[in-house]
Amino acid sequence: MEYSELVMEHFMNPRNVGVIENPDGVGKVGNPVCGDMMEIFIKVKDNHIADIKFRTFGCGAAIATSSIATEMVKGKTLEEAEELSNRAVAEALGGLPPIKMHCSNLAADAIHAAIADYRQRLAITSNG
Amino acid sequence: MEKPKKVIYLDHAATTAVDPRVMEAMLPYWTERYGNASSIYSLGREAARAMEEARKTVADILNCEPKEIIFTSCGSESDNLAVRGVAFAQQHRGKGNHIITSSIEHHAIGHTCEQLEKYFGFEVTYLPVDKYAMVDPEDVRRAIRDDTVLISVMAANNEVGTIQPIAEIGKIAHEHGIPFHTDAVQAGGTLPLNVDELHVDLLSLSAHKFYGPKGVGVLYVRKGTPLLPIQTGGGHERQRRAGTENVAGIVGLATALKLAYDHAEENNARITALRERLIQGVLERIPEVQLTGHPTQRLPNNASFAFKYIEGESILLNLDMLGICASSGSACTSASLEPSHVLLAMGIPAEEAHGSLRLTLGNENTEEDVDYVLEVLPGIVEKLRMMSPLYQGAR
Repeated sequence: MEYSELVMEHFMNPRNVGVIENPDGVGKVGNPVCGDMMEIFIKVKDNHIADIKFRTFGCGAAIATSSIATEMVKGKTLEEAEELSNRAVAEALGGLPPIKMHCSNLAADAIHAAIADYRQRLAITSNG
Repeated sequence: MEKPKKVIYLDHAATTAVDPRVMEAMLPYWTERYGNASSIYSLGREAARAMEEARKTVADILNCEPKEIIFTSCGSESDNLAVRGVAFAQQHRGKGNHIITSSIEHHAIGHTCEQLEKYFGFEVTYLPVDKYAMVDPEDVRRAIRDDTVLISVMAANNEVGTIQPIAEIGKIAHEHGIPFHTDAVQAGGTLPLNVDELHVDLLSLSAHKFYGPKGVGVLYVRKGTPLLPIQTGGGHERQRRAGTENVAGIVGLATALKLAYDHAEENNARITALRERLIQGVLERIPEVQLTGHPTQRLPNNASFAFKYIEGESILLNLDMLGICASSGSACTSASLEPSHVLLAMGIPAEEAHGSLRLTLGNENTEEDVDYVLEVLPGIVEKLRMMSPLYQGAR
């Protein structure tokens, strides 16, 4: 099994690591028992992802996909971010070893979950 | 990214470099003395002589007769031949279908037993271990049934280094007249292999774990032990393992084993001291980490740990960037997506088993190597923990 140079670059120097205080949306996917867990925090402004941070427990692929996915959606509209797929994240990294495609490539799912959380909070606010 | 200047190899449980003296002993058998050991002319006889000399060397170290030594292609083959060979021979004689093994065996034993269960009508008891990965010989005694045909328990565990009470288990097996196999692949080269003192009937070794070449192993089979050959063909290895012998590899194995036991005492003392420096250093410098395996009954070279909140492959990749070679029982470092069955059997929760790190020392390692690991590892663990949702969630 070998990672691409880009995977290693993101793994060693991950972008957007951390937590956003008072986020507009939070997405959590994975499970520590399975060895991979991601948490994505977003700030939304004018229907755009104004800021995004992540924390990940997992292998090299899990951390690298988290890092590049946050870069790919930062500044994008929510609709654009919702179109991001796990496959596109893997492709942006120059591919992942086959065994990592399923278990450690969850960053797009985490971003979708954060956006869904944002939309739900919005619905509650406007209804209430 | 900067290329590491020096490689610090701390994965000797995976494999070792061939000792130059072993290499030298093997060399003539590739191009000059290349004869087939079964051939009648002098070139063949020369190969056969070298092989029989090697067999005698190995037999002397195991305190057995040369004819009780079978050369194989690797430790896994030796394990397969031991388990299948005895199980099928016993089944054919109507002795029964029950095998006793432990829950921490190498997959060469574990998966072989599972296949015998699934396809060949065997029942297998997988003995539990305590939190140090130790098998209780009394559990072996309790598991024995009238139809038990084989007991197989490893001499020392490959992941956490725990040394098993083989002699005690062997005595119990022999009280009941049951063949006893031990996978001594990790113990070979360090622990005593006297088959009478260990009370074993079958014992597996692999040359590349003790500075010999890859692709050659040993199965010791005590005279009178029922064994059905698994690889059939020519009459090699006294009809027990067909296939043209790997003469160069066999010469290398014997040379390496002899070198290992000629120097075992001094090497073990030196490496044990390095291991203790490493273990104490890690436990002192890094919070929320546990030593895995037995604190004292462990292989001289094995230092293994479970770090909370982080994942093993991430630790390995960071170490690799600094030229340090290590391994982990994390799911991400296996093809199975499951964390190590050994760590789980010891009662370590899956999320902690993912954070395992194994450092296995060898002859060429120095105090400087250990100190370098102690210098860089705390920073790596801290960096990964700062990224982990589990770590800050635990605050």
